[in-house]
Amino acid sequence: MELADVRRHIRDRDALARALRDVLGPGRVFAHPADLLAYEYDGSVLQAVPDLVVFPQSTEDVVAIVRVASRFGAPLVPRGSGTGLSGGAIAPVGGIVVSMSQMRRILSIDLENRCAVVEPGVVNLDVTRAVERDGYFYAPDPSSQSACSIGGNVANNSGGVHTLAYGVTTNHVLGLEMVLPDGTVVQLGGRGPDDPALDLVGLVVGSEGTLGIVTKVTVRLMRRREAVRTMLGIFPSIEDASQAVADIIASGIGPTSLEMLDQLTVEAVEPAVHAGLPPDAGAVLLIEVEGVREMLDRSAQIVEDLCRRNRAREIRVARTEEERALYWAARKGAFGAMGRLAPNYYLHDAVVPRSRLPQIMRQVMEIADRYGIRVANVFHAGDGNLHPLIPYDAATPGETERVMRASEEMLAACVAVGGTLSGEHGIGFEKNNYMPWIFSEADLEAQRRLKTAFDPEDRMNPFKVFPTPVSCGELLTRRPPRLAASGLWI
Amino acid sequence: MVTQTGAVPAAAPIPRLLIPELDKCIQCGFCLPHCPTYRLLGVETESPRGRIHLIEAAAQGRIPIDRRFEEHMYVCLGCRACETACPAGVRFGTIIEAARAEIGPTGSAPARRMTLLALRHLLPHPGRLRAGARLLRLYQRSGAGRLARALHLLPRRLAAMDALLPPIPDRLFAPAQEVFPAIGPRRARVGLLSGCVMSILFAGVHEATIRVLQRNGCEVVVPRGQTCCGALNVHNGEREAARAMARRNIDAFLGAGVDAVVINAAGCGAASKEYPILFRGGAARDAERAARYAALCRDVTEFLDELGLRGPLGEVRARVTYQDPCHLAHGQHIRRQPRELLRAIPGVELVEMEGADRCCGSAGIYNLVQPHYARQLLEEKVTAVARTGAAVLVAPNPGCMLQLAAGVRAHGLRMEVCHLVDLLDRAYAAHAAP
Repeated sequence: MELADVRRHIRDRDALARALRDVLGPGRVFAHPADLLAYEYDGSVLQAVPDLVVFPQSTEDVVAIVRVASRFGAPLVPRGSGTGLSGGAIAPVGGIVVSMSQMRRILSIDLENRCAVVEPGVVNLDVTRAVERDGYFYAPDPSSQSACSIGGNVANNSGGVHTLAYGVTTNHVLGLEMVLPDGTVVQLGGRGPDDPALDLVGLVVGSEGTLGIVTKVTVRLMRRREAVRTMLGIFPSIEDASQAVADIIASGIGPTSLEMLDQLTVEAVEPAVHAGLPPDAGAVLLIEVEGVREMLDRSAQIVEDLCRRNRAREIRVARTEEERALYWAARKGAFGAMGRLAPNYYLHDAVVPRSRLPQIMRQVMEIADRYGIRVANVFHAGDGNLHPLIPYDAATPGETERVMRASEEMLAACVAVGGTLSGEHGIGFEKNNYMPWIFSEADLEAQRRLKTAFDPEDRMNPFKVFPTPVSCGELLTRRPPRLAASGLWI
Repeated sequence: MVTQTGAVPAAAPIPRLLIPELDKCIQCGFCLPHCPTYRLLGVETESPRGRIHLIEAAAQGRIPIDRRFEEHMYVCLGCRACETACPAGVRFGTIIEAARAEIGPTGSAPARRMTLLALRHLLPHPGRLRAGARLLRLYQRSGAGRLARALHLLPRRLAAMDALLPPIPDRLFAPAQEVFPAIGPRRARVGLLSGCVMSILFAGVHEATIRVLQRNGCEVVVPRGQTCCGALNVHNGEREAARAMARRNIDAFLGAGVDAVVINAAGCGAASKEYPILFRGGAARDAERAARYAALCRDVTEFLDELGLRGPLGEVRARVTYQDPCHLAHGQHIRRQPRELLRAIPGVELVEMEGADRCCGSAGIYNLVQPHYARQLLEEKVTAVARTGAAVLVAPNPGCMLQLAAGVRAHGLRMEVCHLVDLLDRAYAAHAAP
């Protein structure tokens, strides 16, 4: 079966566009082919052209969109900044992409009660920026935090480089306003740590836009610790660095971040950020500890001892805020920097029990060798959350398929040692057909029934999360074979 | 090819638009929050990632180059803030310029013709440019301008342009001598690119640049054979005239035997350093000479920083804020040098504004082509500037100076807008006559 066979054909697209323009105004409905192409992608390697794109600016707009879509039976695909890595914000079977990028107001900040109410299009980092002068921050910090939206984070239950200490998005969302597929507006959760109702906030966070469209998010704010120390451990190999990770966690000092970058990652990212990372190290471990100022010297000493015991040849400490920012820029720019190695990259987001890290790293590299591909490893070592990045060139015939087969094997290896499909990037239309690897038919059926309770007509982000009769292979980014000479002589 | 189900009309592929720079973008989206037009509009089509995707689609023949495509390409400021943000090192400026070369200048048919006329027949000829400036000055001073405006005689578009034009000053830059001797032992022989707008509207800045360079032991050559750098041509899709202009500058400066070509306009500096891209795929001789020329080009702040500023500087007591010209910060990666030069002036207190490296909306002729967006960006900028409480706003680029001066005036702020060399020149003068 092909995607064309399951595309949800809209009865009268022009009438639908007119009806949407009537409620939103002409500039906020995209129907021109060029405009639609700009919404056929997100941060992943999948592409699908939507039928329309709309830009709500309020909850009322979203209600109106949902009602019109319902009349026409059109699917709805909510989209934040489009930085997602699993194809969650594209429309594989067509429909209306609902871009939340014009709902980006911070509605209220309540420092005394440590929460803020924001619209879903607000950029993650802007929440922290709005409160950092007062010593607060919003904890979940994905690498894309400078660009990704809170709504997208809610959809994917995003993690970040401090997940080790602070948890993921679901631990930081107190309440939600959501428009259901029939246009009903519901308030879920509240402002406090525990709500007497069923935990529907917990249900919606991570539901990838399959239940409704979130229009307001009440996020938890946290107080900055008094002091922070950021260190780099330079190791000869990933195995040594992995053992250091295990030892540091076992020591009980409670690091807030343990992030690993391997040699190829450093090669890609160093020209972009100039953080002074050594090109010849097998692995670089980025370690952060926070707390009361007096405590940090001792914590840092323990970290250093444990790194040295695991053959670290050098430990660097960020002396200034600028230097600390550089270390983090190296880590957070790693995915994007893959563009320096090849025109495309693919990655997985598998999680393995931390104790299996060294073993799985060996397996990943063995698979890569067998397929003749390169792998750059950058990952949340403290959480056992791998991100093997495979740079490749989609213009080379057969390469895309080879890369997909290799990554599938890597993912299977992770699942085989008791791991899971995704740590934080979401399932989307990329890993939905792997869901039976970790869930029984009964498990999946229970989830399907829940989805149906919210969305009986299956119009909310269809073909995502749950296994489908077609695979994402059809939607992989294709590029025509490269031309021998292309110049600018015009 | 692409298996798509959406209704996308076929068009002819444009192989020459499939430039290698396109391959680097992996669509991570890190550029989005740094793009002024995405910040303003919140739509992917007005973002760097979206534009790159559309350019690639047009190159592959997935979409035609139509009015809508043109609009997206020209809503872009060309500020290149996305280049600074990009982890993959995508050279967006090169990509957007290639796309615009396929379109040509933007606007209605008469506007296009006017832009082309100026790009092809005015900018390359310093003599015509000066004659035009004198005519304009006459128009501005005779009262004809006031009359035309009062009677609404000008078409709307022209009236808007008229309002943006600064008064043409008494003096145009046309020095009698070609060589200015170094003061003290000679440390270098440098050329000065006099450019188009700078020569007409900022003769004072050129004179200050020459004096500051002389004081730093530089013999300064202003070769007669030079012309406008061609940046506006490249930014507006008119490459052929740009190449001719580049060749003239390359000949003039390589022939002058200088150690460096000093440029005091950020836009000209960025364009000059990118001459090799302009000649890519062309004759080997052009490519080789363009590379040699580009290697000599230095922004004046970059050059003085490399050379080491020579004292003694007198005191200039002022609270100063610094606007990073886009084509200096993003186009040439120069941020530290101007700030250090400012701090080197006794009495100067440098106060940073929020978003100093965000575009002011000038962007070449952008404020003429997209006045609506340009005004919104300027509003945001002037608000940030006002918050610093500075008395002097330094912006070492003519477009920024004009735009910011207009914004400062409109807000009734008591603030001087000037070039960095103006302050250095003042500091040297203050020492000579305290």
